[in-house]
Amino acid sequence: MSEGRRPTEADQPPASAGEYDERLLLAERTDAEINQAVLQPMIQTGRGFWALVAGLGGLVAWGLFAWGYLVYWGIGVTGKNRPVYWTLFITTFVFWIGISHAGTMISAVLRLLKADWRRPITRGAEAMTAFALLMAALYPLIHLGRVWKFYWMIPYPNNRFMWPNFQSPLMWDLVAISTYLIGSSLYLYLALIPDLAMARDHTGSWRNRLYRGLALGWRGTEAEWHKLHRALGIFSVAIIPIFLSVHSIVSWDFAVTIQPRWHSTIFAPYFVVGAIYSGLAALATILVIVRRAMRLQEFLRAEHFDALAKLVMIAGLFWTYFWFSGFLVEWYGNEPVTRELIQEEVSGRLAPLFYLQMAANLIPIGLLVSRKVRTTPRLLLTATLLVNVGMYTERLLIVVGTLQRNDLPFNWGTYRPTWVEVSIVVMTFAGFALLYTLFSRIVPYVPVWEIKEGRLRYTLRRIGRLLVPTAAEIE
Amino acid sequence: MAQDANHLAESGPRWGLIVDLDRCTGCQACVVACHAENNVPVAGEKQAAYGRWLHWIIIQRFWEGEYPNVKARFMPLMCQQCGEAPCEPVCPVYATYHNPEGLNAQIYNRCIGTRFCGNACPYKVRTFNWFRPEFSEPLTEQLNPDVTVRSRGIMEKCTFCIQRIRRAQLDARAQGREPADGEIQPACVQTCPPGALIFGDLNDPDSRASQLARSHRAFRLLEELGTDPAAIYLKGGETNV
Repeated sequence: MSEGRRPTEADQPPASAGEYDERLLLAERTDAEINQAVLQPMIQTGRGFWALVAGLGGLVAWGLFAWGYLVYWGIGVTGKNRPVYWTLFITTFVFWIGISHAGTMISAVLRLLKADWRRPITRGAEAMTAFALLMAALYPLIHLGRVWKFYWMIPYPNNRFMWPNFQSPLMWDLVAISTYLIGSSLYLYLALIPDLAMARDHTGSWRNRLYRGLALGWRGTEAEWHKLHRALGIFSVAIIPIFLSVHSIVSWDFAVTIQPRWHSTIFAPYFVVGAIYSGLAALATILVIVRRAMRLQEFLRAEHFDALAKLVMIAGLFWTYFWFSGFLVEWYGNEPVTRELIQEEVSGRLAPLFYLQMAANLIPIGLLVSRKVRTTPRLLLTATLLVNVGMYTERLLIVVGTLQRNDLPFNWGTYRPTWVEVSIVVMTFAGFALLYTLFSRIVPYVPVWEIKEGRLRYTLRRIGRLLVPTAAEIE
Repeated sequence: MAQDANHLAESGPRWGLIVDLDRCTGCQACVVACHAENNVPVAGEKQAAYGRWLHWIIIQRFWEGEYPNVKARFMPLMCQQCGEAPCEPVCPVYATYHNPEGLNAQIYNRCIGTRFCGNACPYKVRTFNWFRPEFSEPLTEQLNPDVTVRSRGIMEKCTFCIQRIRRAQLDARAQGREPADGEIQPACVQTCPPGALIFGDLNDPDSRASQLARSHRAFRLLEELGTDPAAIYLKGGETNV
């Protein structure tokens, strides 16, 4: 199959094959050139990179100070009150969990479906999952009244004979998120091993020592590849139910209470779809930025952004459908508290947020219909950033907007955020960007082995006087 | 109408509080008594205005009508001690649980402050210690030794003065008898000048609380939610202020 796989100067594809130019897997590159193209931007770090790291590190440090301030003085330094017991922390928690969904979506689902366009972006997606989950996992700690007692939620034998309450959705959260974090980290690491070995063989000094340890002595024998593929196959299947369950459970934090507008059966699928929408959009945003910052135009091409943006659009349509189904029923039901909540949103104090949410979630769907928007990085960046503005606002309305109203009007309240909350939220955004930036300089951002593997499928064959790309089935 | 069948079947007491809305004048004596009895900190004007008061019982005031024909309606609201409490299953560490006498007990030392119970409670009667509780000077001299002074970062709420229930039970047992009806009085009941609050065992059909609970005026707050509260309100007529 691989005979004459790499076309030489002599058999340049004729002009009629121009439509294949943008396809990465047909690119005329030797393996050594691909290795270099991935390793070069990783090793060379400019002044801009360190300025970025310093800036993000500063924001993280300020956020940590704010967290310390919060722990020292008490939750009162946030804007929470009765009845708005959960605010920006839980909102951002849901947001990060949502972001974390696209990594597995792209990687596991597309791996199972054998979609070839996933190859250069899986690593970026999996890393996004792991780091977004790390950021999300901070919030259940940050929002605790007594964070120093958080370990009481962990089931371990102890001499007080105390056990956590597995009826509580927060315990489901703990189990689901830790399972997902372990699973997605292993999944990220497994797929990394061949590339770490590649980096080990092409770098020196401290990097070589680091990669030698991390590559676990990978040699690339047939038995090793076989085991790797089997492990990835198992993980791809096993992680899909986990990723569906995680956001369902997050939605049940709200849906199992009898708070009006939270108590809804559609919340679980609605949250999952919303998570995929915002996660895929965030992935597109990140890829556009990383592509430019690390000069990866070679690997992240129009075809990838096109396919990814189509997925974003489809997820957006699903989100709209689920949102409408939920909203219609609640609006039609016309129960007093629900009516009050909907009025607050549609024509009351929350109206600016509500219309921002609708505009920022719906306009990108329309924009992404155009192929020009899907394949132009700048336009795609705008559209996908807009999606996440919309999805954050959506979570804000669900958490804070809903809690401000309840069954007894005397218990209604208003929430105003404080600098402590905003600093901590900014801290996790900066922390995510910082981890991601450092990660992209330490491990190969583009999964080299997956690209090389994908290229095995494609051959340029001469049929008569034409060079035609042909694809073969590989395992 | 007072109790569900499963509670009638139990042999032990089920404590209930009757609130006669016709008698309540909105004087707030119960609120003050509760603060003194249960070491409830005073949040201060600014914090209270932001919805951070810590009262375990509060007089909710609803205005009816337009000026000049305005009526004020008062409704004392405390923990309803639900039989099917929405706050209980959501706590990840069992800091709130159902005790055998039907009370929703709150274990301050166990609470880690997720505030999930506060969100789950439809009556919003659970309060949170936003800061380290402070008692200004003369108040520090009158803290009740029977009640824990809570720390910051935990939830608290009305307990039906469980320390008074226990004391009365112990006194009665020392004398070889059961506590008599009316012997147990939470601080709010004891202090209520018009006698709008009546406390008693709803499982004892002869107790005064039980008799009032069978009144045609009796109703329970947000009963449609199925929380099975142990606080029973007696409908008020026209109260003009």
